[in-house]
Amino acid sequence: MQVTVKLFASFRTGRFETARIDYPDGTTVADVADRLKLPHAELGIMMVNNRHVKLEHVLAEGDSLALFPLLGGG
Amino acid sequence: MDTLPIFVRDRAEAQMLPWQRQVEAAGRFGVTMAQVEEVALERGILPARYQRNRKAMTVSDQLTLFRSSVAVIGCGGLGGYIVEELARLGVGRIVVVDPDVFEEHNLNRQLFSSPANLGHAKVEAALKRVTMVNPAVTLVPIRTAFSLENGSDLLAGCSIAVDALDSIQVRLELAEVCTALGIPLVHGAIAGWFGHVTTQFPGDDALQTIYRSWKSGKGVEETLGNPSFTPAVIASLEVAEVCKLLLHQGTNLRGRQLIIDLLSMDVNIIDIRDANR
Repeated sequence: MQVTVKLFASFRTGRFETARIDYPDGTTVADVADRLKLPHAELGIMMVNNRHVKLEHVLAEGDSLALFPLLGGG
Repeated sequence: MDTLPIFVRDRAEAQMLPWQRQVEAAGRFGVTMAQVEEVALERGILPARYQRNRKAMTVSDQLTLFRSSVAVIGCGGLGGYIVEELARLGVGRIVVVDPDVFEEHNLNRQLFSSPANLGHAKVEAALKRVTMVNPAVTLVPIRTAFSLENGSDLLAGCSIAVDALDSIQVRLELAEVCTALGIPLVHGAIAGWFGHVTTQFPGDDALQTIYRSWKSGKGVEETLGNPSFTPAVIASLEVAEVCKLLLHQGTNLRGRQLIIDLLSMDVNIIDIRDANR
């Protein structure tokens, strides 16, 4: 299945801004993060088709996944 | 007999009170700059230092700001700029809370830090700065760490809290205390070239939503650092939110998170309502 992955802020460094990627059925948000070598501890907001999701959310054909890093500085 | 109100009225020029006259009034009547400012604003006279505020806000708005009390939690990268901008805007009382002293690695971005005050309390530097920049503002320096235990006392009398913390854990505690006290919280956070801002009203779960994946420790600022310009940008957006909330103007970021990427010059606003539904 094809999923559009959008990365934000520091996640773009050395990766991409937007990409359409082919994943096997049953792929979760956590699987995508792992394949992109995004540490789970750095994950902030995660959205699929503009709805907030969690790591275990299972993706579907045509989904658009947005991943934002966790920012905590002041 | 000359009274302070008459003195102020007679010395006003084009409905504005020049700074020198404000100083004279304070000396002559043995009152503070703040008291002179209030007497002037109550009579529709604008202290001239605020004349460039005037197109954006009325004299009555300026009086509202003068009578407002805002808490800034954290006096580092974000907090320094926030305190400076609130003081120049004319917010009458600013409570600033931070336990730390300045260290050398603060010098690249923290507005009140300088080689001369390394090792000195950040909140004391804030007091010195605000006393110099706008003596009509009352700055209350509190050198302590915000927590669930002391939070209600620290925010007592403040109508808004501003998040300038560097800890996600403490931010979540601040959000909880603000909801308990029924006051809005303007949130900002930064890391590297990136930052975000939102405004949480009592009962909203904005911070819980933004940090719902967080388990412990720091965010990506641990590896990305904090250059000089990111705190200035995010702090300014936070102050704009505070100003609108105090004056009941414009549209704030309630239910929305503004995410800024200064490396790509990319701005996103995402909906953060109902994330947990």
